[in-house]
Amino acid sequence: MVKLYTILIIGFLLVLNGCSQQQSANSLDSTSPNTLTGKLIITGSSTIAPLAAELALQFEKKNRNSKIDVQTGGSSRGIADIRQGTSHIGMVSRQLKLAENDLKAHLLAKDGVSIIVHKNNPIRELSESQIRSIYLGKIDNWKSLNGVNQKITVINKSEGRSTLEVFAKYFKLKNSQIKSNIIIGDNEQAVKLVSKNPHAIAYVSIGTAEYDIALGIPIKTLPLNGVPANTATLLKNQFPLSRELNFITKEQMSALAIAFINYAQSKTANSIIEGFGFVPTHP
Amino acid sequence: MFLHIRDSVLFFTLKSLSGISIVSLLFIIFYLVSESSMVLSKINLSHFIFDAGWYPIEGQFLLLPMIVGSLFITVGAMLLAIPVGIFTAILCQFYAPIWLSQTLQRIIEILSGIPSVVYGFWGVVVIVPVLASIQAPGTSLLAGIIVLTFIIMPGIVLIANNAFQEVDKMHIQNAITLGLSRYSIIRHIILPYAQRGLLSGTILQSGRAIGETLAVLMVCGNVVQFPGNIFEPVRTLTSNIALEMAYAMDEHRSALFLSGLILMLVVLTLILLAERIELSAKST
Repeated sequence: MVKLYTILIIGFLLVLNGCSQQQSANSLDSTSPNTLTGKLIITGSSTIAPLAAELALQFEKKNRNSKIDVQTGGSSRGIADIRQGTSHIGMVSRQLKLAENDLKAHLLAKDGVSIIVHKNNPIRELSESQIRSIYLGKIDNWKSLNGVNQKITVINKSEGRSTLEVFAKYFKLKNSQIKSNIIIGDNEQAVKLVSKNPHAIAYVSIGTAEYDIALGIPIKTLPLNGVPANTATLLKNQFPLSRELNFITKEQMSALAIAFINYAQSKTANSIIEGFGFVPTHP
Repeated sequence: MFLHIRDSVLFFTLKSLSGISIVSLLFIIFYLVSESSMVLSKINLSHFIFDAGWYPIEGQFLLLPMIVGSLFITVGAMLLAIPVGIFTAILCQFYAPIWLSQTLQRIIEILSGIPSVVYGFWGVVVIVPVLASIQAPGTSLLAGIIVLTFIIMPGIVLIANNAFQEVDKMHIQNAITLGLSRYSIIRHIILPYAQRGLLSGTILQSGRAIGETLAVLMVCGNVVQFPGNIFEPVRTLTSNIALEMAYAMDEHRSALFLSGLILMLVVLTLILLAERIELSAKST
């Protein structure tokens, strides 16, 4: 029993100690020149989320009293949360639609969507109409594209994903027309399946593809209209299949939200954005 | 009944705790019904059965293939897991020498402790490529069945072990003194006695199987269709919710809650069925 009490008391002291340390940290902050305080909740696109989390980390370092919480859930959730008032900033990885003009978009960066196949696939390029035919199920064997005599495994994304929206819009496809063999959720799942299946084709964010190729995962990106799919062509605005990455808010914003968006669109944030394979739009 | 003060405190605590679980169950059902009422009021039930496909953004709500997918995967996995599980339990309890039976028990315990996502990952890396070499794309109904079998099999072994242990030892000893062979004892005494326990246990286990999500999502391909054969991809109700919930709005979101409601009703029916079997076993 004595032992138990000792443990409890020690634990209690430790907790107290932690509290007092935190307090001293807080009191230091209040003397710093920055007076931005409060909490921001950012939700939405899983493409933007890792970037937003990194921006938030850097922002929090400069504004010690601010707390930024980044949650994923897709562009649709980003919009829904802003409308319901459950978040302060939404992340949307496409242009806002006409029906969404009640919201304010703050362009953050651009991102490319790239077609990927297995590294050992002899195919080096596909035309737009060939890609369209593959996803329509009109071409279902690599042989008719001068590849090996194997059925094509078409990987598509699940309904509501912004990558699917961007891809389908570019190739003038409706999701109900696409004949796919596998439907998946996020980019990494597509990369994993393609790396295990030499006859598969999928589309992912260029940032994801480059990151995974650098890790040595056996996939490759295919050029589109002769333009190789990589950060360089994206930076030069040459790669055709690209999309906007936006922060969205209501008309009325808190001082903290304005400060964070200004920071995300500033020059200092550009190197972070480039680090994720996206193209900053505020040079 | 006379209750001591401590008893009544304990009784009150227990009552309120079990009350919480009942209330939360009712709350979940109420929530599912109210969230799915939107799609039910706006869209005729026939859409869920006769639409051309599942494209909620384009106003097509074909849910039936996913119900079928869930059932196929569950039934398939049960068909594989039940015999394997029961035979493993028979081996452990009646035939294997102690060292083997104990090793097997440990292995089963370890298997039941592995998180299902690990089985799913194993399915993607090992099972899917093997199946793809037989027929593309590999992510298929069969892959789902195989992975799910591994997930529920340990549970079946444990259920069978329990059911065998509940058989009255007197009967077994009488049979031994009568000189019956081990095979006859198992075939004519233990299995018939354990039958009800096995049945209710496996039904409960199938409720767990139908609710399995992540591992199934990883290996099934998730195409919404009636599979023509076991090498074709399917989507289950659970995968559908997991894939699309984060991205769904309005009727789409509501339709996903409806998937959840259907799932809940199926599982509740299975639990009630298992309960009935157990009760009728006790009354006879």
